[in-house]
Amino acid sequence: MKILVPVKRVLDYNVKPRVKADGTGVDLANVKMSMNPFDEIAVEEAIRLKEKGAASEIVAVSIGPAKAQETLRTALAMGADRAILVQTDDAVEPLAVAKILKAIADAEAPGLVILGKQAIDDDNNQTGQMLAALTGWAQGTFASKVDVEGDSVSVTREVDGGLETVKLKTPAVVTTDLRLNEPRYASLPNIMKAKSKPLETKSPTDYGVDTAPRVKVLKVAEPPVRQAGIKVADVDELVAKLKAMGVHS
Amino acid sequence: MKTLVWVEHDGSAVKDATLAAVTAASKLGEVHLLVAGEGVDGVAQAAAQISGVGKVHVADSAAFGHALPENIAPMIAELMASHDAFVAPATTTGKNIAPRVAALLDVMQVSDILSVEGPKTFTRPIYAGNAIATVESSDAKLVLTVRGTAFEKAATSGGSGAVEAVSAGGDTGISSFVGAEIAKSERPELTSAKVIVSGGRALGSSEKYEEVIVPLADKLGAALGASRAAVDAGYVPNDYQVGQTGKIVAPEVYFAIGISGAIQHLAGMKDSKTIVAINKDEDAPIFQVADLGLVADLFNAVPELTGKI
Repeated sequence: MKILVPVKRVLDYNVKPRVKADGTGVDLANVKMSMNPFDEIAVEEAIRLKEKGAASEIVAVSIGPAKAQETLRTALAMGADRAILVQTDDAVEPLAVAKILKAIADAEAPGLVILGKQAIDDDNNQTGQMLAALTGWAQGTFASKVDVEGDSVSVTREVDGGLETVKLKTPAVVTTDLRLNEPRYASLPNIMKAKSKPLETKSPTDYGVDTAPRVKVLKVAEPPVRQAGIKVADVDELVAKLKAMGVHS
Repeated sequence: MKTLVWVEHDGSAVKDATLAAVTAASKLGEVHLLVAGEGVDGVAQAAAQISGVGKVHVADSAAFGHALPENIAPMIAELMASHDAFVAPATTTGKNIAPRVAALLDVMQVSDILSVEGPKTFTRPIYAGNAIATVESSDAKLVLTVRGTAFEKAATSGGSGAVEAVSAGGDTGISSFVGAEIAKSERPELTSAKVIVSGGRALGSSEKYEEVIVPLADKLGAALGASRAAVDAGYVPNDYQVGQTGKIVAPEVYFAIGISGAIQHLAGMKDSKTIVAINKDEDAPIFQVADLGLVADLFNAVPELTGKI
């Protein structure tokens, strides 16, 4: 079984986003960019399935600028076998990403597509579900456990209030949640090896997908700032203040 | 504009997240509801009472029993032929189903809206709430998910919606429900509680969480929460997690105990009306958002607080 793993290049999760002064977006000039953390978990899960013998090949895909090659090389260094970069300098919305991935899935015929539940830049949480809709496949979103069993996959999902397990016929789409696994670091020899793994470059038009945005960003602003309040000296003062607010047993 | 609001329910009662979605939808136009599930007559009757509701569409079928998106999304896409906007609460169920509906309709969804600024214009958080985007959809129909804490809850009475059955679709057979482990407790739910007591990594163990955090929550009738660090360290189950990657809450009073205040935690609770922080590190970022801060050793301060409040 082949596994397709879409990955996105985003602002590194340790970097505090700064809103541009002109309100057009978040400043991405000269800041550290990395693989979306949920996608890293997806790559790791695919590798673990391959190590268990449940998968034969892992294909990483990224839709983004030329520099997204670095993100794909990271996936290759972790253990993906080959990569496809669908190169574009435009911001591509989840619906268009899902359409491109659908075309790639048609060509590659994977048994599973594993991807992050959301990207930590636009926080949309849509691409996996949209891909599942377009392919007509089953979806296991927000996964904390994935078990491949013959021609089906059992996915434990993190839902409000606890966990839910569903059984999906493959091919299927799985989106990862944080507790699915802890991604490995690529070793230096593997980073070197990744440089010679195949990386194919395509464009959205190769797949006949129009990436013109449907949702226009009118403005990006800082969130309202919450003012710090007061420090109380001790528990008695805290109790008095809370009781004055009507908080008591 | 005619909206179709996804009713989140547990099989017998309408969940609160629905009520915020109804308020958001009412800003766009006429509010119709969709109750999908198996044996959901009672839910439909309750939903019809929600203030301001027009029609209640009821899709009652074994295939809809566990809200499997493979079965439900095509039924919703069909209903959308006579509606202009599909509005779902941004719960794990809403987030699972809505994008699948959007793609079937060839619509780009607007996720997690915080406000309705115009017929097709909304604000939404990006970068874990570190920035707020104002966006405008150009699609003919809208698919939205709604952040529950950003809208008032619609009243659960006063409405008189007409209940109408939807011809139920079948089971696609590509997915099935196996089981669920949902924590049952007497406590209020995190997302609807008036008071929340949350503990962080500084507690050091699940025993200390039980010993220090739980009694205070018991005394105040509060829901229990935790930071991601405490969940990852295994002190409490993962559904306790408050934050961008967990639950987004906005109670009257939020107690952050032994929580440093990482960005991802703040994104989940900074809309609380009053934030109380207890932490021994006076430079902890949590104090920058706290209304009442106490710099103290939580192992002494919290039991004392529990005793005196």
